Amino acid sequence: MSDRSTGPRFGRSEAAQGYLLVATPLAYALLLLAVPLGAILLFSFWTQDYLTLDTTLTLKNYREAFTDPLYGELLLRSLLISAAVTAATVLTAFPIAYFVSFYVPPERKAMWIFLITIPFWTSYLIRVFLWKVILGYNGVFNTTLMGLGIIDEPLTFILYNVNAVVITLAHAYAPFAILPIFVALEKIDRTLLEAGRDLGEGYVMTFLRVTLPLAMPGVVAAVLIVFIPTIGDYVTPRLVGGPDGLMIANMIQTQFLKLNNAPMGAALAVLAMAMVGSVALIFIALTRRFLRAPR
Amino acid sequence: MKRSLHVYAVLYLAFLYAPIALLPVFAFNDGTVIAFPLRGFTFEWFRQLTEIPALHAAVLNSLTIAVASAVLATCLGILAARAATRFEFPGKKGIMGLIMLPLVLPEIIVAVSLLVVLLQLGLSLGAWTVILGHVLIATPFSIAILNSAFQGLDTSLEEAAIDLGETKLSSFRLITLPLVMPGIISSLLIAFTISLDEFIIAFFLTGTDPTLPVYLWGQLRFPQKLPVVMALGTILVVASVLLLTIAEYFRRRGAARTGQKDAGGFL
Repeated sequence: MSDRSTGPRFGRSEAAQGYLLVATPLAYALLLLAVPLGAILLFSFWTQDYLTLDTTLTLKNYREAFTDPLYGELLLRSLLISAAVTAATVLTAFPIAYFVSFYVPPERKAMWIFLITIPFWTSYLIRVFLWKVILGYNGVFNTTLMGLGIIDEPLTFILYNVNAVVITLAHAYAPFAILPIFVALEKIDRTLLEAGRDLGEGYVMTFLRVTLPLAMPGVVAAVLIVFIPTIGDYVTPRLVGGPDGLMIANMIQTQFLKLNNAPMGAALAVLAMAMVGSVALIFIALTRRFLRAPR
Repeated sequence: MKRSLHVYAVLYLAFLYAPIALLPVFAFNDGTVIAFPLRGFTFEWFRQLTEIPALHAAVLNSLTIAVASAVLATCLGILAARAATRFEFPGKKGIMGLIMLPLVLPEIIVAVSLLVVLLQLGLSLGAWTVILGHVLIATPFSIAILNSAFQGLDTSLEEAAIDLGETKLSSFRLITLPLVMPGIISSLLIAFTISLDEFIIAFFLTGTDPTLPVYLWGQLRFPQKLPVVMALGTILVVASVLLLTIAEYFRRRGAARTGQKDAGGFL
């Protein structure tokens, strides 16, 4: 391939052709992603003085974020909710990915994956709102349980609190967890499992010592792809979270659009990203030994 | 083992589909309260949908934005996926990483950072600012779909065309493009669906003309309007499922055309 592309008929080197192609999407990402992210960082060091923006660099916003208990509580709660959602999503997703990869006949796998991804592509707002309908005081869940005589009065601990946020987000991010684990499981050479059993390991030990370590790259990817976006969710805490289930994104929105204090909102956004980024890095460091390419 | 996993999988699918399955139930229910027991069957809420000009404006606005975003994201996706699958160049990992970053970035971060820059530049918000944001988040999905389309491509086909006297451009048009066309259509449909559904970025960047999700968000506050929202949601879900089924059909055809093993999934 390389001898062709460097041949006289092509003129340009392979690298140059690659750069030429990638230049436009790269420029787009730099201008509309990298620059704005830099701007947010810069903004977080500015301050809002009523209608004017004070552009002297200061740590005032960060000091406020660390001293005002409201911000600290929201940040911590968001982190804990993200962690709970990630744990719930990945743990419930693994058996599904395992089932589809190991027990569904090959010709029907695509259909199962399609079935799993469909709900994810339907209106997010409406899905979240319907969880409110399901979990509400007179909701589907409560009326069904009461109709069956399992409970006497509606359960109240399932709406307008953290539980509702975790259930709804776990539902929203399910395909994001299932797909990477499924892909990792699909890559496992099935003869390794036979070898494990031929060598005297039981099904459980084979799973723990062969399947699980080989599936870890998918699990790690699933954790990251659920954990990082979850911290910034706005709709779910707002609709089903109640006052105690609000998350940092709700405060960022309030700062930007209601209090007209963009610098404070920017500082909170930076803090949320820094927090979630460092947890993600620690997680990657802890699982690094599973991620090395098998030799 | 297999049996219990199968039962679990079916229960899990029920969990995944529970909210969507309830939509039509309430959309056709003859009662203003979204709760059981059901009252009776009615088309009233669907009829009311036809009488709300603000809703029609929002739908039109969303469709315009979704079409523009889908086309732009797919164009960027073709360039990036072609570069990533066909050529090696220094810094490729970092460059692709940056372009794919919106896939994991919380949408609110994308939204506020774009908002800050646009306002600082003194630009007014409108449909075009929403398009800018939607292209950014849809491009990684387009790339993921198109990567697999380009990956399955046998480069010797293009080389054969060039050896037979075609130029690079005409061999791309005559050989590569038709082979990846199913991938392109699938990418267009997925990007369109993403843009049509996206709320947060539109919420921050839409200015005075709301998109459909932003309009919906406003309606959720009024309990008496909820049945109409359910009717609208039913239509949206049916439309999404149709689009996705078409996208999946083209994705599979593409996989078959380039001789790939079909493992399913858009990601």
